[in-house]
Amino acid sequence: MNLLVLLKMVPDVVEELEIASDGAGLDMDVARMALSESDDHALEQALLLKERMGGTLAVLAVDAAEVDDALFTALAKGADRALKVDAGEVAQLGTRALADLLSQVIADGHNLLPVDLILTGTQAIDDLDGLMAPLVAHQLGLPYIAIVIQVTPDPARRVASVVKEYPGGVRGRFEIDLPAVVGIQSAERPPRYVPVAKVRAAMKTQRIETVQAPTLADGGTVLAEVKSMSKPEETGRAEMIEGTPEAASARLCGILAERGLV
Amino acid sequence: MGVSTICPAPAPTAMTLENLFEFPEGRRLLTCLQCGVCVGTCPYGDVMDFPPRRIIAMLRAGMIEKVFQSESLLACVACYACMAKCPRDIRLTEVLLPLMKEQALLRMPELPGELQKALQNTLRYGNPMGESSRKRAAWVKTAGVPIRIFQENPAPADVLWFVECYTSYYPRGQDCSRATARLFHALGVDYAILGNEEKCAGECGRLTWEPGLFETLMDYNMAVFQKYRFGRVVTSCPHAHNAFKNRYTSIGFGYELDHTTPFLGRQLDRLRPLLKRRLDAKVTYHDSCCLGRQNEFYDAPRELLRAIPGVKLVEMTHNRVNSICCGGGGGGMWLDTYFKSRGMERLSERRVKEAAATGADVLAVSCPYEISRFEDALKVLGFEKQLRVRDVTELLAESMEG
Amino acid sequence: MPGNIWVLAEHWRGKVSEITFEALALGRDVADQLGSKVEAVLLGHGVKDLASQLGAAARVISTDHEALAEVVPEVYAEALAQLARRERPAAVLTPLSNVTLGVGTLLAAKLGASAINFCKNVRVVDGKIEAHAVLYGGKIETKVAAAAEPVVLGIGPGARLADAGRSAEPPAVVDEVTVDLPEAQPIRFKEFIEPEAGEVDVTQQDVLVAVGRGIGSRDNIALAEELAAALGGVVCGSRPVIDQGWLPPSRQIGKSGMQVKPRLYLALGISGAPEHVEGMRGAELIVAVNTDPAAPIFNVAHYGTTADVLEFLPLLTEQAKALRG
Ligand SMILES: Cc1cc2nc3c(=O)[nH]c(=O)nc-3n(C[C@H](O)[C@H](O)[C@H](O)COP(=O)(O)OP(=O)(O)OC[C@H]3O[C@@H](n4cnc5c(N)ncnc54)[C@H](O)[C@@H]3O)c2cc1C
Repeated sequence: MNLLVLLKMVPDVVEELEIASDGAGLDMDVARMALSESDDHALEQALLLKERMGGTLAVLAVDAAEVDDALFTALAKGADRALKVDAGEVAQLGTRALADLLSQVIADGHNLLPVDLILTGTQAIDDLDGLMAPLVAHQLGLPYIAIVIQVTPDPARRVASVVKEYPGGVRGRFEIDLPAVVGIQSAERPPRYVPVAKVRAAMKTQRIETVQAPTLADGGTVLAEVKSMSKPEETGRAEMIEGTPEAASARLCGILAERGLV
Repeated sequence: MGVSTICPAPAPTAMTLENLFEFPEGRRLLTCLQCGVCVGTCPYGDVMDFPPRRIIAMLRAGMIEKVFQSESLLACVACYACMAKCPRDIRLTEVLLPLMKEQALLRMPELPGELQKALQNTLRYGNPMGESSRKRAAWVKTAGVPIRIFQENPAPADVLWFVECYTSYYPRGQDCSRATARLFHALGVDYAILGNEEKCAGECGRLTWEPGLFETLMDYNMAVFQKYRFGRVVTSCPHAHNAFKNRYTSIGFGYELDHTTPFLGRQLDRLRPLLKRRLDAKVTYHDSCCLGRQNEFYDAPRELLRAIPGVKLVEMTHNRVNSICCGGGGGGMWLDTYFKSRGMERLSERRVKEAAATGADVLAVSCPYEISRFEDALKVLGFEKQLRVRDVTELLAESMEG
Repeated sequence: MPGNIWVLAEHWRGKVSEITFEALALGRDVADQLGSKVEAVLLGHGVKDLASQLGAAARVISTDHEALAEVVPEVYAEALAQLARRERPAAVLTPLSNVTLGVGTLLAAKLGASAINFCKNVRVVDGKIEAHAVLYGGKIETKVAAAAEPVVLGIGPGARLADAGRSAEPPAVVDEVTVDLPEAQPIRFKEFIEPEAGEVDVTQQDVLVAVGRGIGSRDNIALAEELAAALGGVVCGSRPVIDQGWLPPSRQIGKSGMQVKPRLYLALGISGAPEHVEGMRGAELIVAVNTDPAAPIFNVAHYGTTADVLEFLPLLTEQAKALRG
């Protein structure tokens, strides 16, 4: 099995996000970047598949702050190769432009092809203008499925059986032709822990391959214009509902109904 | 882009399980009598497949791999009881157990999720709870007294107060920090804190299997220390005290070192006249493992408590060197739900039962872990009306007011 | 003439999804502002009858095809793209739900159109569609303008009330149209796997009714169960409640339990210890019921009341049931 995992760094929401002076983007000097949560699950699923079936596992990301930590961590966990696309000023590229870049890099070779499965997270918190997995599938002309919680490839038949999550605990099983792009919701088990000593060792003995960004026709797809950004009002403290229990529960019921929760 | 939380490792020169017997501390293990005192004194000795005595026996027999296949090492709460009681002075908690745990971590197919998250959080945010590293000093605004942060005013200070995690982020921990700040202020201590530049000292990383995490934090904090000028480090956390004393010294930590309680204890003469308000409480003091067994600071906290007007000190059955661990050390802070699911008694509950039996109104502590552990245990056992948990500094500050 | 507003009518296992009605209500508001009409696109196989429920739309475009029996994003997007090229809508609203996710992105890619996800509202400003989207897990709100028509809008739950998008009347016009889809598909649906009885994943719930020690005794858990049933959620709890065996360990919320982000978290008799808050502070709406006005849970809750839970619970259950009808 040749496995490729696409990793994306997203603003870390544990830290306060600040809005840039133009009012239409994040202040990237303040933001910290973290690996998108479901990408971490995609990596875990790929590691499990590699352990089970052998083959190679490469991880690919566009350069961003703290991306090296994420890539070395992937190497320490068992990825064979880590590639980083140097795209210069990329901090605020939308997912569509990122997907254009990554698809082009994959198509350009870099020994990433042939690939059997491309895995990435189902969705990231900054996928404002589209999701990574379907965009890459579209660019490469591959089948795509997402919200996947289990992948079982059958290399002999060139298919994989995938399980997708539906509402209410129902799951659905699909068969998908390989190669394919799969959006992982959660891996079969939580992403593994890698001792920091192993990451430190990977930093000394392994290498991140840097790939120059390909030039894209019309400079990549930008089809949505962010006009302004704002922070929702801080709640601080609960609004207290006063009155008798009857009145309070009626009021609360109203609040829930307003939000479509009853 | 150059931003990285993890710095590449320095060349390893340290002791490992393989080269253990080349070091004098390691060779001490060979003198073990297999007397079993360690098993008897270990709070979880009765539920471990491999309590300390058997680990040593397996090591000597070359069968150590077997130990890694059991969950015994998870249950070690790094309470130093086995080490304190060993007739041969074998440094179990300091030497053997961290090495064992490190190897266990490398072999474990899956870490208990809560522990894994705490380790990942500590690496990324510098605190195990995964709170924003930029809000570490947010509590300072509520202290009621001025607190200098080195980054804002780098002038030299006598004391660097290393606040630590629970005392920075948890509401009850912040109570304790506010009390400490008021005491320092009243005593005229010339001090500053690192504010958002501070990260966890890493002790629980070390005693929780993760030397790489510990070294990363140690390198980081040492680099920050070197930016400023001060002569003494005072910390609210016995675990940080332990790390500074036993490990940071290996990379050049040469400052005078104190935990808050003994630091205040030495200034009791100046503090005593400030303690005006009567508290009228029966207080029992819990010796934390790191301050007590590990450093033998038994008297300072008790003297401080006795100096408070109206405080009557009573002792629990197990006190001083025999104190029962709260269960939070060595990773227990992130494993006690896991222990419970294995049918093991929560040590904090064992401890508060003893505290309640003394008839005290206040359970006094001096480790930030204990506040949340004991308050929780009191609720679960229904003692919360009878007994309050207070840090020694909180009681002192309370007595200072009005 | 401005283009119409399309709503992809999500349905699953024979039922129109609630979010379809919410999107219809939103779509109608946008169409009104734009001076056009809201239309529902009903794709599927053997589900033509569902069109009768989509009366909030001025017209239903209904397409029946074997390949549309289950949502496969590529196939659905291809069908929608063919229809959109014919009729040129101004916008297509697609739910960002477990059933439909991915369709919108692919549709936009096929059409070379704009896509805007995480929309919680859509307005028309100076004759142009502007979306209000919530980014970074709710930390930032943003106003986004589409740079190319049509714009594909990804809609989360709660943009409008579902009732506002329901109609007792069937739609005025239902057009049955055909699309051209390949016979052999690279993705083939095989089967549904039903959840095992009693298997509850608290991280997957929209509504959580959480109980703490304030619930008093094991017997009172039943009161919480009733409310959960009325709200379509499940019961979970704080650690002491789980420790006492009142609820199974899989229902523990907090640092040493589950981390959850439901749309509604009702904290009943929970003090709000930091270990508990760590597991639930990400919830969209937090309501706390606690007799102690100084309980720290009120620092993270959006709404609170100091009523006695045992009194409050049955009242709320009754009212919720009444509203549900
Ligand atoms: C290491 C560690 C890990 C922990 N992990 C977790 C965890 O994962 N999850 C977790 O929940 N806890 C955890 N805890 C426990 C935590 O510290 C608290 O003890 C616990 O959350 C308290 O639960 P509670 O709010 O139900 O109980 P309490 O704190 O006792 O609160 C009960 C509340 O109910 C209110 N009340 C009482 N009667 C009524 C009434 N009739 N009507 C309305 N309100 C009423 C009271 O005012 C009070 O505020 C952990 C603790 C430790 C030390």
